[in-house]
Amino acid sequence: MKTINEVTLTFPSKSANEGYARAAVAAFAAQLDPTLDEIGDIKTAVSEAVTNCTVHAYPDCVGKIYIKLRILENNIFEISVRDRGLGISDIEQAKTPMFTTGGDDRSGMGFTIMESFTDNLKIRSQKGKGTTVTMRKKISMRAGGATRDRNS
Amino acid sequence: MKVSSQRCGGELKISLSGELDHHAARRAIPEITAITDIELPVKLVIDFERVSFMDSSGIALVIGAYKRATSIGSGFCVINVSKQAHKVFSAAGICKLLNISEREKDKVNI
Repeated sequence: MKTINEVTLTFPSKSANEGYARAAVAAFAAQLDPTLDEIGDIKTAVSEAVTNCTVHAYPDCVGKIYIKLRILENNIFEISVRDRGLGISDIEQAKTPMFTTGGDDRSGMGFTIMESFTDNLKIRSQKGKGTTVTMRKKISMRAGGATRDRNS
Repeated sequence: MKVSSQRCGGELKISLSGELDHHAARRAIPEITAITDIELPVKLVIDFERVSFMDSSGIALVIGAYKRATSIGSGFCVINVSKQAHKVFSAAGICKLLNISEREKDKVNI
């Protein structure tokens, strides 16, 4: 699939950066002229993926989180969130609603939310090496929208 | 995230303000527990009117508050939830059980 525009972000896994990541992704996604609901979905999915890195990939240290954003043809927005942390030993178990290895302040709903707020979710993980979560969402084409400016 | 509370008879209203994510929830959860334990209300109301964003951390926060409320025999509800936050609660299937209701103004366009 042809890439129309892309951007990469790298930042330390401090919980204070969760808000930054959401806002930065939303700012780039604005090029696709999404609706408020679509922006809400994107911000929620990003928040879940980044929180997973902070809580699970780097539980006892601060590591780096890499986000790659791509605008693909047909108004598809791709978000890839990668870490070099612990990795997930059982992806199916991690995806189970309400399952968490976190404490009382975690709900175990992260992957469920990512799945229901985007069109496609892929998880690649290797124990000890890290995890990459890739999500795709088609942004609705709106009449007279800003998408005509995308190629310039 | 700011947490404030208001007592009116047996009812305790805890109002949250700001973005509710993992970073915010880590501080807000113990604060809500502490206020509830001091006030021991007949009914606990969590007001989301000023919550501008919420991810799954909000689910853990609300479930925690609900458990605390029921353990002291208190009633419980969550009010003025935005459309975005309501979608997150719906994905967890807890709206009915935990008495979670959407903001009136966000319901208009459905």
